[in-house]
Amino acid sequence: MNATEEDSDRRLVVMARQIADFFRSYPEERASRAVADHINQFWTRRMRDEFLAIPGLRDGALDPLLTKAVASIRPGRADSSRDKSGA
Amino acid sequence: MSRIEASHLITEIDYGTPIRMSEEQVSLTIDGVAVSVPMGASVMAAAMMAGTKIPKLCATDSLEPFGSCRLCLVEIEGRKGTPASCTTPAEQGMVVRTQTDRLANLRKGVMELYISDHPLDCLTCAANGDCELQDMAGAVGLRDVRYGFDGENHFADAKDASNPYFTYDPAKCIVCNRCVRACEEVQGTFALTIIGRGFESRVAAGATDFLSSDCVSCGACVQACPTATLVENSIIARGQPDHSKVTTCAYCGVGCSFKAELQGDRVVRMVPYKDGAANEGHSCVKGRFAWGYATHKDRMTKPMIRKKITDPWREASWDEAIAHAASEFRRIQATYGRESVGAITSSRCTNEEVFVIQKLVRAAFGNNNVDTCARVCHSPTGYGLKTTFGTSAGTQDFKSVDKADVIVVIGANPTDGHPVFASRMKRRLRQGAKLIVIDPRRIDLVKSPHVEAAHHLQLSPGANVALLNALAHVIVTEGLVNESFVRARCDMAEFESWARFVALDRNSPEASERHTGVPAADVRAAARLYATGGNGAIYYGLGVTEHSQGSTTVMAIANLAMATGAIGREGVGVNPLRGQNNVQGSCDMGSFPHEFSGYRHVSDDATRDVFERMWGKKLDDEPGLRIPNMLDEAVAGRFMGLYVQGEDIAQSDPNTQHVTAGLAAMECVVIQDLFLNETAKYAHVFLPGASFLEKDGTFTNAERRINRVRQVMAPLGGKAEWQATVELSRALGYPMRYAHPSEIMDEIAALTPSFAGVSYDRIDAMGSVQWPCNEAAPEGTPLMHIDRFVRGKGQFMITEYVPTDERTGPRFPLILTTGRILSQYNVGAQTRRTANIAWHDEDVLEIHPFDAENRGVRTGDLVSLASRAGDVSLRAEVTDRVQPGVVYTTFHHAATGANVVTTDNSDWATNCPEYKVTAVEVRRTNHFSKWQEQNAEEDVTLRRIDRSELQVAK
Ligand code: SF4
Ligand code: SF4
Ligand code: SF4
Ligand code: FES
Repeated sequence: MNATEEDSDRRLVVMARQIADFFRSYPEERASRAVADHINQFWTRRMRDEFLAIPGLRDGALDPLLTKAVASIRPGRADSSRDKSGA
Repeated sequence: MSRIEASHLITEIDYGTPIRMSEEQVSLTIDGVAVSVPMGASVMAAAMMAGTKIPKLCATDSLEPFGSCRLCLVEIEGRKGTPASCTTPAEQGMVVRTQTDRLANLRKGVMELYISDHPLDCLTCAANGDCELQDMAGAVGLRDVRYGFDGENHFADAKDASNPYFTYDPAKCIVCNRCVRACEEVQGTFALTIIGRGFESRVAAGATDFLSSDCVSCGACVQACPTATLVENSIIARGQPDHSKVTTCAYCGVGCSFKAELQGDRVVRMVPYKDGAANEGHSCVKGRFAWGYATHKDRMTKPMIRKKITDPWREASWDEAIAHAASEFRRIQATYGRESVGAITSSRCTNEEVFVIQKLVRAAFGNNNVDTCARVCHSPTGYGLKTTFGTSAGTQDFKSVDKADVIVVIGANPTDGHPVFASRMKRRLRQGAKLIVIDPRRIDLVKSPHVEAAHHLQLSPGANVALLNALAHVIVTEGLVNESFVRARCDMAEFESWARFVALDRNSPEASERHTGVPAADVRAAARLYATGGNGAIYYGLGVTEHSQGSTTVMAIANLAMATGAIGREGVGVNPLRGQNNVQGSCDMGSFPHEFSGYRHVSDDATRDVFERMWGKKLDDEPGLRIPNMLDEAVAGRFMGLYVQGEDIAQSDPNTQHVTAGLAAMECVVIQDLFLNETAKYAHVFLPGASFLEKDGTFTNAERRINRVRQVMAPLGGKAEWQATVELSRALGYPMRYAHPSEIMDEIAALTPSFAGVSYDRIDAMGSVQWPCNEAAPEGTPLMHIDRFVRGKGQFMITEYVPTDERTGPRFPLILTTGRILSQYNVGAQTRRTANIAWHDEDVLEIHPFDAENRGVRTGDLVSLASRAGDVSLRAEVTDRVQPGVVYTTFHHAATGANVVTTDNSDWATNCPEYKVTAVEVRRTNHFSKWQEQNAEEDVTLRRIDRSELQVAK
């Protein structure tokens, strides 16, 4: 992993944590759904994919609420059923 | 051709005294004509309504009647003497005569007195052709002056030309007091007085002159003056205009209407338009006077290209520049993928211009990488109000403040940022409404002539949420919730969990004192006042949004309004004060990477389907990149081409060095702007922009009001911006066909339910229209959420206080917060190129005497301002406007580079940067920072233009 990638991972983690911090006051089920919804709505495919590959995310080491949200975050590349061939 | 399009000099009717709004009518007879007028109207206004002009000098309908000139005398049956018609209310059954021999003689006598000490240089006077004294002399048939002209006069009194935009010539003053009253009643500044008595009386601005007085150069006195005593310098220099067009100021989100008064295609002056619904005839120094940038010598009017940013610019034809830009974007997409290019729209441009850019991105680039500079100001407003109320906009019109009883101003500085609205607000405050100011800094509103805040909650920067939760805590725990409103209008389950949350001890004013620094008793008193003082209206600005908890703060504000039932009627509401002229519009137009016009998510199949059919193109259903992500991706080598419309992200966006690193990494940056701005240093293609005087279009102000911008001169670069965008799109292989911006608006209306009823014809007919405007609201919507919220039930949101990551410590012990001042605008690209620099020629750092003394800093010293992100040097001003521990500066001057210091912390929901909290240290220095020195050098090296192989633009 080069320095820019590390940097960009760090930014994504900061952003995700901030989102989690807002929804943390809600019951866990709702909070994890809201975090995932937010990320699905505002993050690009690549940001989501990069995020989902971050070490420590899936095992709760990073933030248990984010770990719980993972299941509902839409992977970026996998679901491009539509024609994405572009202009 | 509609009334206001017509090419003549537009003059509004002057009724002489203010028009009263009364349901009740009274009927009277004036010169034998029966007339029926609203109760409270003066006899003078009633006569005007019947088409009879009564001679007058001291009266004008923007001011309360004064009754000093005695020219407007009338006879009223059954009354003795000759009462002044301006101060006499019309009454039921009155029989009034305005023209009799007795009246004619009296009026002549009055005029003789005025003229006897007035210079008779009408032929060479600046007001020749626009002078009420001249008109009145004509109207009363003045033929000679019995007293002669040899008496005392003021001809030798010195002129005051200190103000760069207007001159005061005491020789011509008739002491009608209109200027003094305009400054008090219209502007609310109280800068003028009449000094001396009788013949000696004269108008005075402070002790010395206008420039050094409290005058804010709004121009209200100049407009009110019936003679050439106070007159615009542009009129002195060029003479009277012969035609005019109504258009909209391109500076702030108030969106004032102006008459652009012209000789040929040359603007002679801008005069606020009385029928403009946002400003009703008032203005500020920017819109009224600071329009000279449009023809400034720095304007770039030729397209230019270069291979590398270190190459000099080469002028090119439009065709060549556009073809080059298109081929670069295509090459980049072929090399790096479809998502490697994008665009940034500008909140300074028209709705139509913004709309075609986001269309170009979505349809021609084939991705959703479009963002807007609103990202860095009001994106949290959009998110927060949509979540809680269901729509991304303020709830009221400006007029609503006339009915407010308690006005809460949070993180906004209306007298500087939104001056014309501030004047309206101050008028209401003078009538007795109470004011609560929540701001780290003592803004002018806290204490100014005849206005004083009941509470100034001077909190630490970054503690907004803690403070708003504390206010909510008081409202909930002291039983001040408007239960019936909440029950009827809001989601009860959500309300209850919110109420339980704010009632927690940790949210009490006492517990949050350690975050906010505001005494608990003050918080409690303010909460009680807001909840019980009558109509409570909240106005907020960038001091709310530009924080890591910006969106949370907006929701906390919405919670307060719902809990107290302060929504859905006049006098209340949640009102974002928008920074730039078209922030609201650029957001409405689908400038965000995740949504189409009208705030509909790109993943919504039904919406996308409508766009795909209209545009004949498959559209991406995934959100695109936001500005900060674009820059990150650029550094990572994946985002290589950017089209920037009228924005200067290298100056306006935080952490300048991060921004410029991103820009420098790109292979093709296309800038469309009036000037070679800071961002242009990193550009490869420059397309000349068009100022607001050079194009047709619409701006949408902070009250959702769509105002027309009308072209008064040909674009200096040969094209309006929308035309250049359309041509670029064609060159990219996606033709758009519009003959006129009105056709773009028709497309917006066809695609956007809240705009369905909007068209240029509708706007021309109504003057302006507030969205939503559709079948359900054909005349538009001044007030929102009247019977129900747009989202159905109002949604309370839990707003936990999360301190920002930006902490002070031993290395950076102070907090820097940023703002703006009246005479300058945003990055200053326009205002710095006007005489407004008379008021502000550099950014200074405000520092509290305590912190200054600890550092041996005195006013005027050069100090270094350093944060984790970078450092700059600027002059210090020691003042207790800021509290100890807090320093403050503006970001109007590129050379200061205030954003070198701000960090890339941002709002959790929208990535709106946290401009308002940066941990810094300040120390004395004797040199400018490295960045500043390098920047000064790049100012030269990166802006070179090679004119050796000049090409003629086609
Ligand atoms: S320009 Fe405005 S602030 Fe200045 S004296 Fe005139 S009315 Fe007052
Ligand atoms: S300056 Fe003009 S408005 Fe003011 S008192 Fe003199 S004539 Fe009247
Ligand atoms: S208040 Fe705003 S819109 Fe009005 S004149 Fe001033 S800058 Fe222009
Ligand atoms: S206009 Fe009525 S007294 Fe001057």
